[in-house]
Amino acid sequence: MSSTTVKTLVHQANQIADFFRLQPEAEAITNTADHIRRFWDPRMRAQMAEHIGHGGAGLNAIARPAAERACKAAAPAKEIKKLA
Amino acid sequence: MSLESGINANDIDRGTPERQSEKLVTLEIDGRPVTVPAGTSIMRAASLSGIDVPKLCATDSLEPFGSCRLCLVEIAGRNGTPASCTTPAENGMRVSTQTERLSKLRRGVMELYISDHPLDCLTCAANGDCELQDMAGAVGLRDVRYGYAGENHLDAVKDESNPYFTFDPAKCIVCSRCVRACEEVQGTFALTIDGRGFASHVSAGMDEDFLDSECVSCGACVQACPTATLTEKSVIEWGTPQRSVITTCAYCGVGCTFEAELQGNRVVRMTPYKDGKANHGHSCVKGRFAWGYATHKERIINPMIRKSIKDPWREVTWDDALNYVASEFKRIQAKYGRGAIGGITSSRCTDEETYVVQKMIRAAFHNNNVDTCARVCHSPTGYGLKTTFGTSAGTQDFDSVAEADLIMVIGANPTDAHPVFASRMKRRIREGAKLIVIDPRQIDLIRTPHVAAAHHLQLLPGTNVAVVNALAHVIVTEGLVNKKFVEERCDAKEFEAWAKFVSQPENSPEHVEKISGVPAEELRATARLYATARNSAIYYGLGVTEHSQGSTMVIGMANLAMATGNLGRNGVGVNPLRGQNNVQGSCDMGSFPHEFSGYRHVTDDATRALFESAWGVGLDPEPGLRIPNMFDAAVDGTFKGLYVQGEDIVQSDPNTQHVAAGLEAMECIVVHDLFLNETAAYAHVFLPGATFLEKDGTFINAERRIGRVRQAIPPMSGMAEWEAICKLSALLGYPMHYNHPSEIMDEIARLTPTFAGVSYAKLDALGSVQWPCNDKAPEGTPIMHIGTFVRGKGRFVLTEYIPTDERTGPRFPLLLTTGRILSQYNVGAQTRRTPNVVWHNEDVLEIHPHDAENRGIREGDRIALVSRAGETTMRAHITERVQPGVVYTTFHHPESGANVVTTEYSDWATSCPEYKVTAVEVRLTNHESTWQEHLDNLHRIQRIETVAAE
Repeated sequence: MSSTTVKTLVHQANQIADFFRLQPEAEAITNTADHIRRFWDPRMRAQMAEHIGHGGAGLNAIARPAAERACKAAAPAKEIKKLA
Repeated sequence: MSLESGINANDIDRGTPERQSEKLVTLEIDGRPVTVPAGTSIMRAASLSGIDVPKLCATDSLEPFGSCRLCLVEIAGRNGTPASCTTPAENGMRVSTQTERLSKLRRGVMELYISDHPLDCLTCAANGDCELQDMAGAVGLRDVRYGYAGENHLDAVKDESNPYFTFDPAKCIVCSRCVRACEEVQGTFALTIDGRGFASHVSAGMDEDFLDSECVSCGACVQACPTATLTEKSVIEWGTPQRSVITTCAYCGVGCTFEAELQGNRVVRMTPYKDGKANHGHSCVKGRFAWGYATHKERIINPMIRKSIKDPWREVTWDDALNYVASEFKRIQAKYGRGAIGGITSSRCTDEETYVVQKMIRAAFHNNNVDTCARVCHSPTGYGLKTTFGTSAGTQDFDSVAEADLIMVIGANPTDAHPVFASRMKRRIREGAKLIVIDPRQIDLIRTPHVAAAHHLQLLPGTNVAVVNALAHVIVTEGLVNKKFVEERCDAKEFEAWAKFVSQPENSPEHVEKISGVPAEELRATARLYATARNSAIYYGLGVTEHSQGSTMVIGMANLAMATGNLGRNGVGVNPLRGQNNVQGSCDMGSFPHEFSGYRHVTDDATRALFESAWGVGLDPEPGLRIPNMFDAAVDGTFKGLYVQGEDIVQSDPNTQHVAAGLEAMECIVVHDLFLNETAAYAHVFLPGATFLEKDGTFINAERRIGRVRQAIPPMSGMAEWEAICKLSALLGYPMHYNHPSEIMDEIARLTPTFAGVSYAKLDALGSVQWPCNDKAPEGTPIMHIGTFVRGKGRFVLTEYIPTDERTGPRFPLLLTTGRILSQYNVGAQTRRTPNVVWHNEDVLEIHPHDAENRGIREGDRIALVSRAGETTMRAHITERVQPGVVYTTFHHPESGANVVTTEYSDWATSCPEYKVTAVEVRLTNHESTWQEHLDNLHRIQRIETVAAE
């Protein structure tokens, strides 16, 4: 994982959080987390989870808890179910 | 309607335009009763009853003029012989179109015309396709009593300056059709009749060559000309066409319907189709004339592979190429995981091609790493309009503009990028609609003949959201909200929160003036005009979307339209002007990594189950990578293989050096395209694509109109793109079986509720339909959100202005914004390979005289354009079109490298790049940039080994 990618992800998470920041805090965190979960590829969420594990530098007050919620549990890509 | 036919088999010219009226009048023409709407001309009424009145100056695309005196008729009880084109039909009229008196008069008129016309019919390019010739026959002209030795215009000099058509004044009958077409249809007013009496002649500009005049080469004059005066050079060279195929243009998002006219498999000309519902018989220089790239010598028609991007290309068979791709993609997935490959669909390709590409990626790659070039243009439109209204598309059809009283153009340059729609917009403005332009730059629309914007808000790049909030502030605080609409149609609680937000002092025009540079009074006047007009319509482009707050701005415009009740009827709406021909379609078809066709999320279990059942394969429940994330992942080493269809990401995507770094880190890049483009320099496999002339399928334009693309000539590579995708998918272990693109559309209709009623049979019957097209709307939906929004209640969302992180400072004191020009299209891959380069053969940097003077820059100087992302060079053009502190360029030529300097900042919601705001410095230079030297090297190694195909 390059530092450039992490910097980009932190910037994007903060941008998302900034859009929702006029909402009540809990709602803003939920909406930010939901946006990340719905639009970020699992490896991006895993990278963010790793970054949070290292302290999460650079994340703003809404982005940090939101990213934790959306990314911390990020597992490696799920197996696709086999159809009969 | 015949879809493949002899020339113009159903193209009946009724002489004067259709009139709409609830009042009907009944008259008798040559003994036949006919009933028509009041206001209809006698000529048109006659035509509708099957009677052709001879005519020359009349054509049904233009208002009647009454100059040729050929269409004279007699009316019982009235004196004289009035012109049938200018005389309205009235109840009880008894009209005669053929009498001895009329015959004599018409023959006399024709004698005069022919006495000053070259008698070279057999060698004339219009032989067999000439209205003058037809009329000579129709009136029974057998002799010219005056002879041919009198004073005449036969030695008049031909103007061959335009690359696509000639003007031969010797053949001109001065009927004014060309002049009127330029005025009424195109709205450019480049032509006039100069001189008087015998000296009268058609003049381009101030008696200039066509090329040097204001003429924009739309072809309306050529289309209108009844003789060989204005003739396509292709027709002069090759002769008249033998057959035609009705199809859809592959340039901008207007989606004009054309007739491809051919001799065998050679296209002779493209003519705008009168019954095309997007263009109504009009065209622009690109669609009408710039199709020669299809047979350009640089076209690649054989598959090629190479192990390393430093190797020369080697031509191989289709089987070898596809087998190589399959083996490489399988190897990469085995080594790096199934998420290590992905693909990019194209907004230039058909819906059917796009659909099978995303299906291959989801079903054969087993991931959702599919994205489309709409990512870098209109992805915020999808997000913003879905959030507020419930669907990811514009609200109106193009015809709606005819009822707009106030047209607000935001961040769009229609006369250059959507010229055919711009002509209709200008027509409405000439009829009295007011115009507001919100743009950092002086676009042509602001002041053009008979059009002048009431307000031009020349804001600083990056301050759109501040401006839209200021407009909302005025509307709310001055009591201009349409309370009835808001109460009935929108969520009340969300409206209250929004109204409170926009009323805050930081959103006042006085405060926003300090941010945007737009005077507060201008903001207030604009808001009042928008809110109080009977019908106000917003039209917008990439100047809205390509910002870090692109989605916020789309939402802001939607808020404005809801607050003023400008939705759900003709003449209003929020209307994205899509850049490429099939931006709407590529998005509709499930090209985004988080959505299936019809904008349904991949995490939705029911939707996924629907596709799993239909496709017989398990599908990834997680969103995939977006295009910029693909490059990041490639640099990180987790993304190694990419299939790219019809998009030149190296030239079109921001921060070129980062894109190139990502591509260089990959192990197998497949480019499926027409030419060895900039991206192909990094590719290992080249699959030859097909032009729109070689395709069967559909495009969807900016008004959600699904139009048929019909194959005019067979694919030059021997294989349709959808077929190649299906073969590749099969080699990857997931066969897809279709016999024809219509079967792909049938599958789309089965799986996508908004397309449930779409079929090729319906498209053939109706010409085109606008989605949603289903049981509720079997013939489509021209206007959306009538009565209720798709999502139920309209949703107001707070749109705080947050300045971009891209800031000017001492090192980079200027703001760069980018755009397009009329004659070139996108990265120029097509238009650069046509004579359109005569108008624009290089990108230049527009710079204000003050900024130029401060830097010692003179017109035409080579300058270095530097940002924190990179540096390039180009020539300077000093102009007051840009304001001080702002510079502007286009990105049509790879050598100019506009995107070498744009940054990776992007829209918060969709990652659409912030092309419109880059902090730069400009200085004089006398050498190319390092990147440009690198580009030269890349072009040098793009060589093809001269060995026979295996």
